[in-house]
This record gives sequence, C-alpha cells and structure tokens, in this order.
Amino acid sequence: MLKIDNDLGRFRDIVKGRVRRELRRYMSSGELLGKQGGKVVSIPLPRIGIPHLVYGDNDKGVGSGDGDGGPGTGQQAGETPGEHLLEVEITVEELAELLGEELELPRIEPKGSKEARTVRHRYKGISQQGPESLRHTKRTYRQALKRSIASGQYDPRRPVIVPQKEDRRYRSFVAETEPRSAAVILYMMDVSGSMGEQQKEIVRSEAFWIDMWIRHHYRDVETRYVIHDAQAKEVDRDTFFRTRESGGTLISSAYRLAAQILERDYPVEDWNIYPFHFSDGDNWSQSDTRTCMELLKTKLIPWSNQFSYGQVDSQYGSGQFYKDLAAAFGDEERVVLSRIPEKGAIMDSIKELLGGGR
Amino acid sequence: MAVVSQRFLRDGRGLPPELEAARVEIEALARGHGLDFFETVFVMCTYEEINMIASYGGFPTRYPHWRFGMDYLQMQKSYEFGLSKIYEMVINTDPSYAYLMDCNLPVDQKLVMAHVFGHVDFFKNNAWFAHTNRKMLDQMANHATKVERIIDRQGQADVERFLEMCVSLDNLVDPYAPHIVRQRVSSEAEVQAAADADVSRLPASDYMDPFINPPEFLEAQRERKARSVQRMRRFPESPDRDVLGFLLRHAPLERWQRELMQVVYDEACYFQPQAMTKIMNEGWASYWHTKMMTQHILTDAEVVDYADHNAGTMSTRPGQLNPYALGVKLWRHVEERWDKGRFGKDWMACDDPMEQERWDTGAGLGRDKIFEVRRTHNDVSFVDTFLTEDFVRQHGMFTTRYDARAKRWVVDSDGFREVKQQVLTMLATRGAPRILVLDADAFHRGELLLDHPHEGLDLQLDYAREVLGNMARIWSRPVHLQTRLDDKPVTLSHDGEELKKVDGHLRREDGSRRADPDAEEETP
Repeated sequence: MLKIDNDLGRFRDIVKGRVRRELRRYMSSGELLGKQGGKVVSIPLPRIGIPHLVYGDNDKGVGSGDGDGGPGTGQQAGETPGEHLLEVEITVEELAELLGEELELPRIEPKGSKEARTVRHRYKGISQQGPESLRHTKRTYRQALKRSIASGQYDPRRPVIVPQKEDRRYRSFVAETEPRSAAVILYMMDVSGSMGEQQKEIVRSEAFWIDMWIRHHYRDVETRYVIHDAQAKEVDRDTFFRTRESGGTLISSAYRLAAQILERDYPVEDWNIYPFHFSDGDNWSQSDTRTCMELLKTKLIPWSNQFSYGQVDSQYGSGQFYKDLAAAFGDEERVVLSRIPEKGAIMDSIKELLGGGR
Repeated sequence: MAVVSQRFLRDGRGLPPELEAARVEIEALARGHGLDFFETVFVMCTYEEINMIASYGGFPTRYPHWRFGMDYLQMQKSYEFGLSKIYEMVINTDPSYAYLMDCNLPVDQKLVMAHVFGHVDFFKNNAWFAHTNRKMLDQMANHATKVERIIDRQGQADVERFLEMCVSLDNLVDPYAPHIVRQRVSSEAEVQAAADADVSRLPASDYMDPFINPPEFLEAQRERKARSVQRMRRFPESPDRDVLGFLLRHAPLERWQRELMQVVYDEACYFQPQAMTKIMNEGWASYWHTKMMTQHILTDAEVVDYADHNAGTMSTRPGQLNPYALGVKLWRHVEERWDKGRFGKDWMACDDPMEQERWDTGAGLGRDKIFEVRRTHNDVSFVDTFLTEDFVRQHGMFTTRYDARAKRWVVDSDGFREVKQQVLTMLATRGAPRILVLDADAFHRGELLLDHPHEGLDLQLDYAREVLGNMARIWSRPVHLQTRLDDKPVTLSHDGEELKKVDGHLRREDGSRRADPDAEEETP
C-alpha cells in the first residue's frame, strides 16, 4: 500500500462521478460500444485538471538540426489543438454498479437451487511421485540440502548438492469443486426488412448494458444470439449486429429455435435464463402470433427468470405484437415489455427491462 | 533529517555494495572537479515508488489531493506502455535526496549519480536557490499533517474544493519576491504628510525666484505631487505580481482557508527557482555527468549502453526545446569561449571569419567562467548573455511555426535575431503569464483589478474563465482582468457567477482610473 493509493482512489471516485453524470449520454450515443476489453471498459472523458491562467495554443517553436533552412522543410510535430480527452479505464464491475445506482435497478436474485458445481484442478500440493515435467526443482533441492546436512555430507567449502531419488518433489493437483451461479442470455432479433440501421443500433446499445448488468450478478454468463426473419438461425455476436436480411417475419421461428437451444444446452434447473427479444412488432400473421403465444406459455416463460421483449419503433412496423403480448401476458410478472421509440429512450427502456430484479 | 526518509533508509533501502562503491568514487571525482554539494543521500525505489514520488514533485509525503493520484496514474500508464521512464530525481534539500530506480542497469545508476551531484552543486550555489527552504522535506510533511487536520475539521469536500481554487492560482506568484522587498505600504500619516507638504522649489534668492521657479514649473510640480499622493492612497501602491501572495494577505478568508492557501503558496514559491533555471540546471548536470562518465567512470563493457541512453536524453524532438541538450551545449560553448579568450573588446572588434576561426589566446579561463556563471544566472539571463550568433549557426537552430493550412509545422526562420527572440519569449512566458494586481479597491467598491501586460500571446479563455471565477470567490467581490484578445484591449470580469467580456481597459496607461466600467470606452 503506497501513500499515493489514497489520492489515486479519490481520483477514481471523481472519475466515477464524471462517468455517472455522463452515463445517460453514453447510453444513448453508443459511444462505449466496442470499448470493452476484457474486464475493463475504457471511457473517453473531458480532461480532468486544474485550470491555470496560461497562454492559449502556441503556434511557434524552436528547433535545431541540419535542415536546409528553407521554408517548408520543418517536421511535423505536436498535438493537434482541440479538446483534451482522457481515456480512463473503469472495470465492468464498477460500470455496472454505476448503471445500477443511476437507474435504481434492484439487484438480481438468482433463482434458489440453481447452482451448478464445477470441478477445477489446481496445482496446489506437492507429492513424491509425478511426471518429470512437473518436477519442483526448488523443493527438490531444498529436500536434498536438508538430507545432506542431516546426514553430515554437506561441506560448506564445497557446497555441492546432488538430489537423489527420494528427494524429488513434484507438483500435484487437487480437484476442487466450487459452486457457481450461471446465467445464459439469449438475444433474439428480428432482422426483417423493416429493421433499419437505427433500430439495430438501439438493440446494440441495449444489449451492451444488459450484458453489463447481468454479468455483474453471475459468475458465469453465456450469451447466444438468434436472428430471424421468416426463418430463424443462430449466429455469432458479430453477425447478430451486422446482418441485414430482408423478407417476412415469422416470430415463432425464433421462439422455436430458442426453445431448442435451451432444451439442449441449458437445463432449467442449472441455469438462470434470460431471453431478450427485439423486434419492430410486425408479425406475418395472427396465426403465427398464436403459435408464439403457445410457445411462450408452455416453454420459454416457465423456464426463464424473465422474458423480455423490446419493441423498436420503425416507420414500417405496426407494433401489433406488443399489444398482443400485453393482452396475453399483461399480468404475468415474468414477462417484461418495453417500447423504444428512439435512441433517447434507451435509458428508460433498460430500466423497464431490468427494473424487476429477477 | 526527515522522518520519512529515515524510514526508507531503515528498511535497508540504501545502496547495494557495488553501487555504494561507485557512489564513493563518483562523489570523490565530483569534489575533485570542484563541485560543491550538500550531503547527498541515494534511495533505491521500485518504479511504483518512484512514480509516486514524482507525482508528489519529488517528495515522499505531500498533502492528500486527487491531482497527485491523476498524475500518478498517467505516469504509471506511460511507464507500463514503455513510453517513458524516470531515470533520476533529486530534490533541493539539505541533505539532498536522490532516487534511483532499482531496475535500471548499473551503468544507468552511475550516470544518474554523476548527474545528481551536478544538480546538487547547482542547488547549493545558484543564487536563485538561495532563499529556498532547505528543510522542505519537513515542511512538506508538516503541510500534509496540517491539511489532514483541516480535513478532519472541515470535511474532505470543502477542503478539496478550496485547495483546487488555490492550486489554480499557484502559478501567479512572483519568482523574484524572495529576493527583494516590493511592497511599500504607506501609513495614513505618511500620506497626509505628503499631501500637506509644500511644493518643492529649487533654492533661489528672492529676486531670481520667478526665473528659477516659474509658475509653469510650480504647476508641474504640483501635478506631480498630486499624482504621487494619489498613488500612495491606492492599494497596492505599485502593481503587485505576487497575486496569490496578495490574496493570501488581503482576501477575506476564514482561518482554515488561509492556512490551506499558505500551504499552496509556500510550495509554489519553493518550486519557482527550478522552473527559472531548467536549462542551466539540466545542462550543468549533463555537462558533469558526460565529463565524469567518459573521462573516468565508464568501463569498456558499459560504453554502448551509456552512449545509447545519453543520446536518448540529449535528442531534440521537433517542435520542442530540449533543456538538457540546449543547456549542455551552451555550457560547453561558454567554456570554450573563455578558454580561447573569445571575449572582450578585441574579440568583439574582430569581424574576419578566418581570424575568428583561429582565435585562441590561450586564456584558459573556461572553468572559472562556468563556475561563476552557475552562481549568478537564471535561464533568461543565461540565454540572453551566451546564446550568440555563432552558437545559433553552429547548432543549426531555427524557429518553427504551425502552418494551419498545411496542417504541419514549418521552419520559419534561421536568423539569429528571430531564434534568440523566440527562445527568450518561450523562457520568459513559460509557466505563467505576468499578472499584476493593480487595484484592490476598484470603483471604490472593493473589487479587484488585475492587469495582464500583453506580450504577444493571448490567454486561454476557457481556463481564464474558471480561474477568474475561483479568484472572485476567494476575493468575495468581482474580479477584473485587463488583457488583449485578438489584438483588442478587453477586460474580463467575473463576479463569482459568470464571466463578462467588456471591450477596452478600465485603467489608463498613466494610472488614472475610469470611474465606472460603463463609462466611455478607451482607445488604446
């Protein structure tokens, strides 16, 4: 612990305060997407500093060297004048805390018995047998030194130590089981022709913050991505946000695929399940909608901690699906619906989707 | 000796035996060369510690403030990314403390030690450091305790905010203040006496008096007296460059606020001489480390690393003035001139380049001269006196300017006059613009009137707004700063809430003041 750590901590608090103040802007501008590197998010902030009376941008300097001296032979240098940005790194953990505090989100309570046990092998122990590749040289020599001193063979003037077979020590692993609470986030997105770039941008932002929040509560979080138009398929994250399909919309195809994925990979007793579906609410037919309701009622909703539906308004969509869902599951507390008319509403929508604490 | 440093030493942070041997050797060498330094204690640090100490300005203990944490974070990042590395740090105290980074090569450590003895000799002997507190380690530690105690009483948020306000003014101190007495405060009686005194007449016999003291003369004398009385009534009587000091003495502060401001003020004053002698000081230390390393210390195996690292320090990047490089070259230039007798009337009179080239009277005064110069000069006078036309030509110096259209820096001129002018301007304006307190009772309303004698560069406005706001809150009355923007006289007024920009200046050149800011505009 260095003395400076107090000042550093204080500075980090100030940074967090700034981030909190800017949070709404970050949420609607999508500025932070792609800024996440592992456990930290790097955030551009206006430089925090103490102002002084100083001269403005200086446009003159002095150099030396072997130039031919004629005008125009100088070398490029210096920063471009402009706003000074400070890239600060903040952990995903801290950002999620800020999000939670700012939106007053309740903490998620993982479902009761849903704890999987994982077995991990850790090299913690030492044993007398083992493969040579795991030999612990230092311990081996220490053992040999002990033995040679004990047996009176050790000569300080000629400190040669030769390990013998019984001196050898090897690293050994022990198996540890540890409980974990795991969650899977299943994103489904309508990529039919009516979902434009803007709508996808909104989904992207929402997904970023949802990830952040859910990851904050579970040790292990998996994410799966499903896109659908008239057919559904599973894709990777990159494709999820980039594809532009066109064609009709059969939402049931996505729900069916989702149910398959969950059935196959995520037994409901081990996993906390969070499906999120984003669409513009324009389903192909009422009969397909009926299929959807059936799938939701029998499979998706009973399995999930919470089923969330976000409807992104588009100029083509009728938005009928929202009304249908509201009519069918209006009083089911595990179903959360949200409408996102434009970017500015992302914040409120996230609050609606995550405000239940499930 | 300061407590903290003792702790360092007790933890066995002294030098390992081989470096201790090198230290003894280098110290003896340095003394042999005539360097005269305080006892110098070397402390081994990890890079984290050295970054911490660097963010604290060289001191292991400072008062708590987040800006040190910010600096630390940036240093840490830039070290971890391999962008920068601190080789040496030494503070002006008696005994002097120098920090070595434990992961540097032994040859680097020797270089640093040789360099450090140069610095400490400079601290001890240069006139501008004469009034610095050589027990600053103790004072910094005391400041830390004091601030922590105030935080306990007043709460962190208030103390932090007030410190920020003070720190934003900490470049507005008078670097010459410790060396002279500027303040003259006349008592009421003195002013009265001056006002009552008769107009002085030249001595003359009665019949000559109308000729020796004619009415016009007496009238002029009366006006002069009136002006001087008026000046005596003003506060301050003469413009005061020590803005932070002025606020410290005269602003209506609570006791804890005054204590905090005193801390910031003392520390700011302590660091002034460093800023004033950067080129000389770094140049002097580099001059000595190169001399000692190359002539005595280096072993064959170390030459390559030494040359590499030395070149790294001495390289000049475009658009920057490397104080190490310029300094060491100037010192060598001075030494050569006085060794060869290239000074005085005959030298000045010589205008034959061939003869100048050959000029060597064998005077051999170089060493005496550089030791004399290091006692009395600061950067501005050093460059002013010794940056000669020959030097500028020899080293291919040129001025640059930013070509906004081409979006790059271009060579402006390689003329001697321009180069010297530019270097001097950079030195004279480095750090802070000159800001003067003109009047602490502007408009007879207790408002503070400041002046910025414009020297070609405009102030940065967004910062000026915040700084003036801080000043108005400290002064608790509106503050006005006269400056020039885009070649027009402008007065920036801040009442603690918002900044107003008024064209023209409030006070005329002759010192008379305008009755009210809304009165007619003044043309420059």
